[in-house]
Amino acid sequence: MNARKNKLVALAALGLTGALALSACGGGSPSADGGSDAGGAQPGAASGQLAGAGASSAESAQGAWTQNFIALNPEAQVTYDSVGSSAGREQFLAGGVQFAGSDAALTEDELAQSAEACQGGTAFDLPVYISPIAVVFNLEGVEDLQLSAPTIAGIFAGTITTWNDPAIVADNPEATLPDLAITPVHRSDGSGTTENFTSYLSETAGDVWTHGEVDEWPIEGGQSGDGTSGLVSVVEGGNGTIGYADASKAGNLGIAKVKVGEEYIEYSPEAAAKAVELSPRAEGRSEHDIVMELDRTIDDPGAYPIVLVSYLVLCDTYADQETADLVKAYAGYVVSPEGQEASAQAAGSAPLTEGLSTDATAAIESIKAAA
Amino acid sequence: MSTTTTSKPTHSELLTGSATAENRLPGWHMLLTALAAVLLAVLVLALFGSVSIGGVLVLGYGLHLVIGYLYSRVREGRRWAADRLVTMLVYGAFAVAMIPLISLLWEVLHRGIVRIIGPIPLQFWTMDMAGVIGGMDTGGISHAIVGTLLITLGASLISVPIGLFTSIFLVEYARYGALKVLGRGVTFLVDVMTGIPSIVAGLFGLALFITITNDPGIRIGLMGSVALSVLMIPTVVRSSEEMLRLVPMELREAAYGLGVPKWLTIVRVVLRTAIAGLTTSVTLAVARVIGETAPLLLTVGALPLMNANLFEGRMQTLPTFINSQYRSGNAVCNSDVMTNPITQIDYACSTTINYDRAWAAALTLILIVMLLNVIARLVSYYFSPKLGR
Amino acid sequence: MSTSAAATPTPQKQSDPPETKARTAKRPGDLIFSGLSIGSGLLIFLTLLLVAVFLTIRSLPAIQSSREVTGDADAVSLLEYTAPLVFGTVFAAVLALLMAVPVAVGIALFISHFAPRRLATPLGFMIDLLAAVPSVVFGLWGGVWLVPRLEPLYMWLNTYLGWIPLFAGEPSAPMRNLATASVVLAVMILPIITAVSREVFLQTPRLQEEAALALGATRFETIRTVVLPFGRSGVVSASMLGLGRALGETMAVLMVLSPGSSFSLHILEVGRHNSIAANIASQSAEATPDVMARLIFTGLVLFVITFVINAIARAVVARSTQG
Repeated sequence: MNARKNKLVALAALGLTGALALSACGGGSPSADGGSDAGGAQPGAASGQLAGAGASSAESAQGAWTQNFIALNPEAQVTYDSVGSSAGREQFLAGGVQFAGSDAALTEDELAQSAEACQGGTAFDLPVYISPIAVVFNLEGVEDLQLSAPTIAGIFAGTITTWNDPAIVADNPEATLPDLAITPVHRSDGSGTTENFTSYLSETAGDVWTHGEVDEWPIEGGQSGDGTSGLVSVVEGGNGTIGYADASKAGNLGIAKVKVGEEYIEYSPEAAAKAVELSPRAEGRSEHDIVMELDRTIDDPGAYPIVLVSYLVLCDTYADQETADLVKAYAGYVVSPEGQEASAQAAGSAPLTEGLSTDATAAIESIKAAA
Repeated sequence: MSTTTTSKPTHSELLTGSATAENRLPGWHMLLTALAAVLLAVLVLALFGSVSIGGVLVLGYGLHLVIGYLYSRVREGRRWAADRLVTMLVYGAFAVAMIPLISLLWEVLHRGIVRIIGPIPLQFWTMDMAGVIGGMDTGGISHAIVGTLLITLGASLISVPIGLFTSIFLVEYARYGALKVLGRGVTFLVDVMTGIPSIVAGLFGLALFITITNDPGIRIGLMGSVALSVLMIPTVVRSSEEMLRLVPMELREAAYGLGVPKWLTIVRVVLRTAIAGLTTSVTLAVARVIGETAPLLLTVGALPLMNANLFEGRMQTLPTFINSQYRSGNAVCNSDVMTNPITQIDYACSTTINYDRAWAAALTLILIVMLLNVIARLVSYYFSPKLGR
Repeated sequence: MSTSAAATPTPQKQSDPPETKARTAKRPGDLIFSGLSIGSGLLIFLTLLLVAVFLTIRSLPAIQSSREVTGDADAVSLLEYTAPLVFGTVFAAVLALLMAVPVAVGIALFISHFAPRRLATPLGFMIDLLAAVPSVVFGLWGGVWLVPRLEPLYMWLNTYLGWIPLFAGEPSAPMRNLATASVVLAVMILPIITAVSREVFLQTPRLQEEAALALGATRFETIRTVVLPFGRSGVVSASMLGLGRALGETMAVLMVLSPGSSFSLHILEVGRHNSIAANIASQSAEATPDVMARLIFTGLVLFVITFVINAIARAVVARSTQG
């Protein structure tokens, strides 16, 4: 068996060298400025193999980006494994993948650790995927529902238990609400969606929602579903259910309007993008490390505050010029208007605003190869 | 379903002649009691005001267990009544198992067939997912079919020899002294191995290859095969061991008596006799691993294109494909028409396309396993020695 | 048809009759063959060792930083974290086994001894089909089809049999509770137990059966006195295979159960239980290294559980073959 294993390893090694040789041959075409003008918009500019891993929330978007990028650059192959944010960051920091997708920006520790994977340089985050989170519900006879932050917090914290509770009636003076128990549904897996949703609850209604910002649901018991699609199917399967999900996956469920300032507003990609734009950048980060400090309490009626931002994590230094060029081309495509349009079409995300897009492009420009 | 009746006497009954020797009643008596039980069930349910087909069947079956038993007890005696009762229970067990089977197959069939026969028949099996994004009403699984077959084949090539030799060791060699002790240890470890959660097997495959190649990003088909074989080996060992033990000792002794070497005895007599059972165990083992999702998620990654090389690059497989399509949930349709960026062909947009693909891929997976089953059965039919029943 | 039963009568099962003395004259073929066999056995040993070592190393950080080891009240208690998961895992698997084994033995007997011969093979084939269904599909089926259909049954059990602790509590729709998860698990392990049991029942020495029938035994008596004793170890072994699968099953539980973390006996209540494997699968995606180590520790515990359960099963088999 030992002999066989050795043989397999040899074969595997052979395959790997083959891959390396292939990518080495394919490289070389100069595409240093691929990032500046609308990414890899010039067809066939980039080549080689690139692997990424990370958040499953951005899977559809990453699928659209990689597929479109390959279409524009037939010589290149880019893959994305949706293994989850943490696993993606871990693989990235271990040098296993060249880029990561993550629902949370790198922590200080992780930035310090990144020197190894980044050839002595450092890693940085780019917001690339902005997605509104909808409060979805399934209640017979009720199609429109308006909710204020404290009411949502009360429902999910378990203090509001029936649909005709005075708090809900106050939010919906015109609707006829049944005397039915509310079944709040949460995500059973740890997720960026839960983290952003609870962040919204604790910042806007901290006195009702006392569990803080967490990525794993903090309350014992209750209905839950695994993944966005699991949650949506549970909400669909019951009557009087309410949950939170990536807005593009809401399907036929009712979507509540959320009170911002004095108005109840409906989610829309534009409103989500606006909320991100109005939010300040996190402080104490390097120039190119673009991390948003989302402000959930904004009262601009054009902004929808329950929003998830997913980051693309990149190195500022890659081992060789080919990889650096390919990463620049790919990341450049992702933040370009074309790339953002592709993800909006495929995943219903909100396009990056111009300001963010410019900053991100500048950051991508700074990527270089190790001397 | 609840009308459980003994059909015409099977030949075993004829053999004993018991049907006439004792006071046995023809099968239609059971039909009568069944009818009575169903009627009673309808009456009882009508009293409670909740008549439904399911309720009648369940209650009717339960009542028939009592009525049929008592009737038979009075007319045929205790022993035959017990026989009737067990017969009814056994038929009932079978009927109960048919419920999930039929409903599940029906769900998979009627949801999955849509995608396979339409929009272009069988295109789902010949296309891959290159350039297919969002709610694009197209796409296929040729790459996933190839990936699943190759990875499972790889896993079988690793685990069937190891598993078979281990079971031969356990049955034929671990009989005396040190080997017997070792055999006990191995049996125990195989038992423990059956309990390895699939996700742990995946972690093991991942860690093993990262350690060997020193490349944390390595994702190749072979890793999946190794991870799956960790799950497959114990299944193969356990069930083949059981099959080998059933080969009568006299067969071996006869071979030894003729001066046949031990290894030839094993190959020509023991394995030959047990071939049908062994094929079943291998098929079951394949069936167990072919639908495994978790280890493959960790070890082979995902790829929308065809990759038929086990030793290089990510691969798509049917279970991971089903999983990722299901998890993608409802697709987004911002416009009615979507263009494949690679082929530049326009497609309609469908919000349920991900679920449709998941069901169609599930149907495909089941069809593949069915096919494997048929092949295994043909093999065992043609190669097993023709004796016994 | 598909079986290869022994034509010769075996007075007793293969209860280790004294084998012709182990051959001293070593032929090269024998040497190679025995070498391969023993080597495979050792390889199993090695694989398992590797898995166990790997699991232990990976879970060490969680053990070292746990409350039990550090004595720090703020640290996460591994015991408090793992115990409810262990409870849920074993509970669900045992319930599944209790439901599946009688049915599986019934089906196996149906196919081997009751069904018309012409139907037996296709029926067995149909049951094998269930084994082929990927667990993701069982999850889909369980979540979409089964959950709403079990609701009336659960409400009935809760209303009329609520005095039994198992059915007490307050079930709420959708019924994504431990009971549903166990039903799905039972369906999943049914084909494995059935297939192995059926194969063993079919191997029952023909002459013994016919002898019993000739003595005037009913079919049930024949089964009780000849078939079941002959197949007992096979059934136990098959059940162990099923239990192993039920304990480690990930996707189906994940997609059917609304998890929680408690020692509740109320299987109809939602959000009370979870299984180790499903917990690993749902939490590993967004796990930090600390959490991952803790999850791997729970995997190690699952490993140990199967170890213990198998030891018990082994003892049962040993006693039954002696008696």
